[in-house]
Order: sequence, then structure tokens, then C-alpha cells
Amino acid sequence: MTDTKTEIIEADILVIGGGTGGPMAAIKAKEANPGLKVVLMEKANVKRSGAISMGMDGLNNAVVPGYATPEQYVKEITVANDGIVNQKAVMAYATGSFPMIQYLDKLGVKFEKDGSGEYNMRKVHHMGTYVLPMPDGHNVKKVLYRQLRRLQVAVTNRYMATRLLKAPDGRIAGAVGVNTRTSDFLVVKAKAVVLACGAAGRLGLPASGYMFGTYENAANCGDGYAMAYHAGAQLANLECYQINPLIKDYNGPSCAYVTGPFGGYTANNKGDRFIECDYWSGQMMLEFWRELQSGNGPVYLKMDHLAEETISEIETILHTNERPSRGRFHERRGNDYRKRPVEMHISEIGFCSGHSASGVWVDENARTTIPGLYAVGDMASVPHNYMLGAFVNGGIAGRDAAEYCANVELTDYDEGYLAAEQERVLAPTRREDGLTPNEMEFKTRRLVNDYLEPPKVTAKMEIAQRRFAEIRDDLSELCVRDPHELLRALEMQTILDCADMAAAASLYRTESRWGFYHLRVDHPETNDDEWFCHTVLYKDEQGRMAHAKREVDPYVVAVEADEMAAYHQLRVKTPAAAE
Amino acid sequence: MPIITQAKSAAVVIDDAKCIAEKGCTVCVDVCPLDILAIDEGRKKAFMKYDECWYCMPCEADCPTGAVKVNIPYLLR
Repeated sequence: MTDTKTEIIEADILVIGGGTGGPMAAIKAKEANPGLKVVLMEKANVKRSGAISMGMDGLNNAVVPGYATPEQYVKEITVANDGIVNQKAVMAYATGSFPMIQYLDKLGVKFEKDGSGEYNMRKVHHMGTYVLPMPDGHNVKKVLYRQLRRLQVAVTNRYMATRLLKAPDGRIAGAVGVNTRTSDFLVVKAKAVVLACGAAGRLGLPASGYMFGTYENAANCGDGYAMAYHAGAQLANLECYQINPLIKDYNGPSCAYVTGPFGGYTANNKGDRFIECDYWSGQMMLEFWRELQSGNGPVYLKMDHLAEETISEIETILHTNERPSRGRFHERRGNDYRKRPVEMHISEIGFCSGHSASGVWVDENARTTIPGLYAVGDMASVPHNYMLGAFVNGGIAGRDAAEYCANVELTDYDEGYLAAEQERVLAPTRREDGLTPNEMEFKTRRLVNDYLEPPKVTAKMEIAQRRFAEIRDDLSELCVRDPHELLRALEMQTILDCADMAAAASLYRTESRWGFYHLRVDHPETNDDEWFCHTVLYKDEQGRMAHAKREVDPYVVAVEADEMAAYHQLRVKTPAAAE
Repeated sequence: MPIITQAKSAAVVIDDAKCIAEKGCTVCVDVCPLDILAIDEGRKKAFMKYDECWYCMPCEADCPTGAVKVNIPYLLR
């Protein structure tokens, strides 16, 4: 394994990650300027990679004229995220939302329409109507792949990007990747780089103990977060974890957004509703957690009161899209939506702006704090962005990067840095024996569960930091026997980086915010005087993990104080006479 | 420390009678997001090589002969 080759290629734009936002960035860059050389580097295979590997059962945040305005959407997300949003970036998404739906529709993605051909919108959010079902949404990846081929985007499958390369003046110069089957290196020199690596979804350990039984595609283990950090980019609000209400053990969505509009709802063990709205927010997760604490658990998704034809329709949608093995899981358990509600639980933690707000800082043009570096999708800081957000922001990044490229030349990177990185990558291949990637990853993630999960306790998070440092020392014993194990060894180091970032970011914000996502036992109150701001985490000049506050820019859509509290009143009110 | 190898059950099952890997087909191996499938060089059949399955099902959906079955891994079944 020590005999690895290094190939160096040049491109105008390098997109890292071929799931959702990445392909759209490549597509929109090529549409903007077909003369550009665009390389798409993917750790798996673009045909079936990323969060929407098997398609998607609906748009969760569609801003469709007649149902919602961009202003209403920006307000809803501002409120759902406790006011800590870069509204300009949310507005850029909201105004791009409908044109992107029309674009995808034209390419062949199927959305639910009524008899007159209008989009069949449903209400799931607390305030507005933003859900558009996709009962035949299983072909999204095929549609994207066709468009990538049509526009001649150069695809390199099975290369895991490990580090970004920078020019002496600090702008982006490209990235280095390693082949997951040969361990050969590929260096791509590029004028602009778009990071689209998905969530950090392999951070906590699923309660089942199965390391790959994650909510996110398990390949989405936080590579983009780690690469952005090591390059010196700012990462925002990482303490606003992703924590989701999922099917227990299966760890996939149950999925209330699909079933809700049909009459399904989240219930306690008495079959009663306890939350007014099933839209995933930190406040909703807090009520979910409280219900479990109160002895009214488990929490279920209840559908057994629905009519047979409704349940059949729900089954068809849920068992053919996004996570089709749901049906197989239920069958084995003897679960039948008609007879028994589906047991749910609280997922392990992760980073994901797609569902919460933890991501690499980007502005309304998807630009990070490093010139020429963009971030999109689940790993970029635009909150509650979901699949459609990844498409819209991917498109924004692709167009902006195409424009940026016109004014810059390819630049050299630091050869010494590349050599050191190649040595870091290959170090585990040079050992005869030692610790395996599997056990080092398991231990890291088990400690994440033990010490970082909310309710967050200062003393526990400090223990986590000490234990993570011990694991970091143990990296000198990390040993692999083939390229596949090397892939896992590199991912394990990414996961350890994310674990350190999760602890540090959570300790920095000394208040509680975002419901359950950042519930700090030692600082239980929300403190707007001190903490009505973004937090950013970055690697400083000395290579240390540093933090800063970043002001919330003036809102482009005003939100009244009484509106701001809407998501704090999610618990169903108990009539006075009942108690 | 020396490294040992331990037995695991395979959630992804290939029907050898239907698998056409000997004709050069590698579809299931190509589409797996976690890269856990491989072709057995001796038998020329696909198999699950690593216990790292996300039970996402492209291998089963894309197999041209219907040879692949994805079961839910035992730990979370």
C-alpha cells in the first residue's frame, strides 16, 4: 500500500460531493458558462450518493406563489430558529425556491399536482404552508445524473477529498483526494471550490449500537466540516445540533411530514397529541424529550385511526422513496400502520443545517469566509434548508463561482502542505499492527453520546474534551490493511474533529437556545443580551480552536416580538378542568 | 496490538444463481454509497464484504437480474 501514485489535474471549478447541492452547483456553473472545466469529486458514486440516494418523498420548504411568499418563509424560519439567522441567505433561498421547483419539474422530477396541474401544497409548519409531496420522487438522482452527463461535467467517483489547498495569499487553490479503492491521490487545482459534503451524520452513536444505522447517509460523516475547519474557514452555530424524532432502531424518518397532511400525528403512550405541530425544530424536540421524561413515553406516530385507502397511500409513498427499507423493517417487527402506532425516539446528535442550523458560515451567495470557497446543502449555514435548499444554494454557488472564475487565475499551493497531508493520510498504512478504524470510531462516537448529548452539562463536556484528546494521541497507533480501511480511518479522523468542534462550540455559548438542541443545564435561560448572535468557530493562526461572536445582520423581514415566541408554544394546552 | 478478525452476519444477501458478475456486471458494487460490496474473485459472484450497511437499497433496486436482497441488519431489526 505504500506504492501510491499522485495525479494532478486542473479545473476551473472543483465541486466536492455529488449528492444534492454538489451536482446542482456543477450544473448551474456549466449552464452559466459551458466553457468552464468543472470537476465533481465524489466519495461514492454520483449515481447513488448522498442523502437522496433513493430519492425523496417531498419538498419540506417549498415557497410556492399562492401558498406562501418569500417574506412569510423568511419569517417562519427566523422564528423557528430563535431569531439567529442570516436573513439575507434565507431570503436568497426563498426567492430561488419556486424557480428551482420549476427547473426540476422541467428536468423530469415528479411533484404532486392536483387535477388542474397545480402543485398540491400541504401544511406541516407551525405558521405557513410549505410541504409539496413527491409520491413518485424516487428518480431525482437519475434526473441529476442525466443533466451532469448532458453538460459534460467531469465526474471522479470513489475519491474522498481530505484537505483543501490554499494559495499563499489565502484564497482557495484546490483540494487533494484519495481513491477509496487504490489509495492513489488526485490533486485538483481549481480557481473555485464548492464544498457539498452533506451533514456530519456519523457523530453520535445510534442507540442500536449499529455504527452505520444513522439517520443521514452514513457516508456523510462531516468531511466538509473538517476540511473547512482545517482550511481556516468559519463554522457557525455548531452547538445548534441536529437531533431528530425518528423510528426507534430503524433511525429513519417516520415520516410526520408525509403522514401529517393525511391525518397522522405524534402521540404519547395514551394516544394523545402533546405537540401542536410536527415540524422538526429544537422546541418540538424539547417537548418530545419532556414527554419521554414525564413517563408518558414512548412517543408514537399514530395512524391507526385513518381509513384503509389513506394508509395504503401513505405506505406506497413511504416504502418506495427516500428510505424504502422502512417497510421491510416494519414487516419484520409486525408493525402495521393500521393496527399499531410506530414507536419513535430521539436520535443521536449530528451537525446539519438542512434540519437545524449547524454549518460552515456562508453568505447569500453561498460564499464562505475563504475567497473562492463555497459551501452548500446540509453542511452550509443556511438553516432548515432541506433538499430544496441544497438545490437552490447549490445553484447560487455554481453561478457565483462561474463568475468568480472569470476574474482569477489558477494559483499554486504550498507543496510542503500537500506532502505533509499525504503523509498524514498514509500513516495508518505504514503500521503492522495497532488499533482499527472501527474501534476508534466506535469509542469516539460512544463518548459523544455519553458526554455531549443534551441536556448539556459543562463538567461532562469538559470530560469529553479530555477523552477526545486521549483518542487523538491514540491516532499514532491507527492501523489499516487495505484502501477501504484507510477510507474508514480518514472518516474516523473527520468524526473526531467534529466531536471536538461539537464540545467546544457547546461550551462557548453560555446560555440555552433552540429548545433541546442547545439545552445547557448550567445555563438554563436564553440570554438575548449576551447571546443574540451567531457563534463562529475557526482554526486560528496558531492552529488552535478559536471562537467569536458574529452579529445577526439587520433583518430584511421584520418580526414582531409576539410572533417571535410562536415556536415556544408548541405544547398542546391542557384544559384547566382536566387536571 | 495485533489485529484479529471476527465473524459478522451479512445483511445484504446475493442469490448466486441470479448474479451475473462472471459476465462482468458490477452494478451493485458500483452504486453502494458505503462501498461495502465486492466481487469474489474465485467464485465470480458479488458478496457483502464489510458490515457497514445503511440499508438504503440501490444495490437491490439497480441489480439487473434481481439477485440482491437487503435485509435490516440484525442489531436494529
